[in-house]
Amino acid sequence: MKPFFMLAVSTVALALGAGAAYAECGIEAGSVRILSNDFEALRLVNKTAEECASDSVTVTANATAEHKNLQVPALSINPAEYTVAVVANNSIVPLMNDDLIRPLDDLVAEYGASLQPNQLIKIDGKTMAVAFMGNAQHLFYRKDILDKAGIAEPKSYEDILAAAEKIKADGLMEYPLAASDKPGWDLAAEFVNAYLGTGGEFFAPGSAELAIDNENGMKVLETMKALTAYMDPDYLTFDANGIQAEYKAGKVAMMVQWGSLAGDMLKGEGAAEGVVENTVMAGAPTIGGGTVPAVALWWDGFTIAKNISDEDAAASFQAMVHGISPEMVAANPTVATWLVEGYEPGPNAVGVIATANAGARAYPMQPYMGLLHTALSSELAEYMAGKEDATQALADVKAAYDTAAKEGGYL
Amino acid sequence: MPHKTFFAFILPSLIAMALFIALPIVSVVVQSFHVEHGRILVEVESCQPFGGCTKETRVDTAAMAELKAEQPMGQFNGFGTYLNRGHLAVNEIGAILANNTGFGDIVTRIYNLPFYKALSFTLVFCFVVTPLAMALGFAIALAVNTLPKVTKGPVIFFSLLPMIITPLIGSLILYWMIQPNGIIGATLRHVFNDPTLSLRQSPALTWFSLLFYGVWTNAPFSFVVFYAGLQTVPADTLESAMIDGASRWERIRYIVIPHLAPLATFVALVQLMDNFRVFEPIVGFSAEANATSLSWMIFNDLAGDAQLFGSAGATSVLTIIGVVILLTPVLIRTWREFNHKVV
Repeated sequence: MKPFFMLAVSTVALALGAGAAYAECGIEAGSVRILSNDFEALRLVNKTAEECASDSVTVTANATAEHKNLQVPALSINPAEYTVAVVANNSIVPLMNDDLIRPLDDLVAEYGASLQPNQLIKIDGKTMAVAFMGNAQHLFYRKDILDKAGIAEPKSYEDILAAAEKIKADGLMEYPLAASDKPGWDLAAEFVNAYLGTGGEFFAPGSAELAIDNENGMKVLETMKALTAYMDPDYLTFDANGIQAEYKAGKVAMMVQWGSLAGDMLKGEGAAEGVVENTVMAGAPTIGGGTVPAVALWWDGFTIAKNISDEDAAASFQAMVHGISPEMVAANPTVATWLVEGYEPGPNAVGVIATANAGARAYPMQPYMGLLHTALSSELAEYMAGKEDATQALADVKAAYDTAAKEGGYL
Repeated sequence: MPHKTFFAFILPSLIAMALFIALPIVSVVVQSFHVEHGRILVEVESCQPFGGCTKETRVDTAAMAELKAEQPMGQFNGFGTYLNRGHLAVNEIGAILANNTGFGDIVTRIYNLPFYKALSFTLVFCFVVTPLAMALGFAIALAVNTLPKVTKGPVIFFSLLPMIITPLIGSLILYWMIQPNGIIGATLRHVFNDPTLSLRQSPALTWFSLLFYGVWTNAPFSFVVFYAGLQTVPADTLESAMIDGASRWERIRYIVIPHLAPLATFVALVQLMDNFRVFEPIVGFSAEANATSLSWMIFNDLAGDAQLFGSAGATSVLTIIGVVILLTPVLIRTWREFNHKVV
């Protein structure tokens, strides 16, 4: 069993004074400047890291949805504008491509006693990032509706399609499904998810040559299209927040949604009556008879900039280790699926952990994956709108990717 | 004014224009001729919290740094980026023209290329919205001009609102209104008695909504300019026309419109230029599936996980060329009129 799941199922209750009002981070001096994405869990980590501020230590944090656009230019200058960049599987790639983050092995050895081995993201033998939370899309479904239709928990997209047909035929719901099919990042992520579930590889081994033009790619597109028959006709305008609202309004029976939005769903703010208490979080479905869940696993972690002084790097590392400390996690167990020691998964994390345990694959970290994601995001829209066939859509994706990859210097 | 004095007089403006207009354009042009260096890839082992360790491809950053130090701009690519599939798609169009099953097939396949798809919507937006917005603006100006003085202020303020609201916010507001549970969307369903009617799902209705938004947001500019122009229409001429028995429509047709013609040229110029750069409504209406524009393409190149500066540069230059082509007829006409007056 993989270390993360050992941790997930083990129960190590650490009652070390929840809330840590006074922080002893042990930093002598330095400047800590954090750049991160903007959602609740990361704001919490930033806030906890800010407790390390003292007379000789300054800690500032910028949590912004624009972090991906800021990070490369901000870390390219010397000294870098930010000492810490909080990244995920995909956003670490541009930093690695331009050599903007430093190996953390020395810092881990000196200050990382509270970190677990599986938190260390190792690339070419060097620790480049420290992960602290996991995320994945997984199935949210309405138990009451499925019970009425007499259907068991769906395990695959084929089950979901059959269940949707039954629910519609029984007149329980007009549009029982929803997916974040909005052209752009969301739509491309749906394709990547399903394709990972087929077990196929996106690229020919060791090169940037695209390899999705095969039966796996066709199967994925067919499934994505088949699902839309049971969705609100406006499906091409819904992103993750859009389907969350539709589901909360009680209009949807099943959807594959982000684990990081499970907490919001369970809180049930703005939800119609009967939605939250009947919602079950389950592992992500498989596709085409495969055994791998058809979603990507994500981690969020922190990296330390290269173009800063060693003193600032040490201060930043210590502040971030404090930010993701087991005490913080023990005090906030429902905010995210933490990868930190002592975390006991709550009801919001059930789906992510079930998905990870079923062997879901991580979102690919190849340097040219971003180009494929962009190509998918604009070229799949016409297929999803029913204006072209799957063969043409895959050919368009390949043509758009090849054009971009040539310009990016990968082909 | 002696040439020297004139030159000294406009020198500060010239410097500012060179710095803030000419230089950035030059840099975009230079950028568009370059692409990234060929990446040197290496296989390394990478370990993640899930899935353990795998062999993955990485960019050899040390080798890339050397290449970058030698040629910081990247590889010179000439017009390569302009001619590739993402832009003018010369090879693809050649292939389509050489092997097709008729005119309809040619049009569909060319429309499938991203640049031409974006260009089609951009041009339609330009040529539908500009005249309609000008006509609407002119009509509002005429109406406001006849109002009693007390009500003029508030009416002008309300007529200007679409222009005051930030374009992105304006498009979001309209977008929410046309949603099935929004006021316009729900009303339309009721009126047409069709519970599945949605303005967002079909390409034609999406285009219609975007064009409607375009007219709504652009009309106030024409209104302001035409309203100012109306204040300069000579009262004597109007009065004598009235004495001659000209109706209101005849006065507008033979006095007001000719008087405002030069203004109309100016408004058309500005509006065409603005509308060619249409961007916000596409984002605001989440209309990427059915309508894209040249500006949206630039945004798409720069906003993803991997940024393509060369491609964005090439689209920008093509946009500039497009604006120049659009404005040429109007500019030529203005130039002729100017010469005519001098003679």
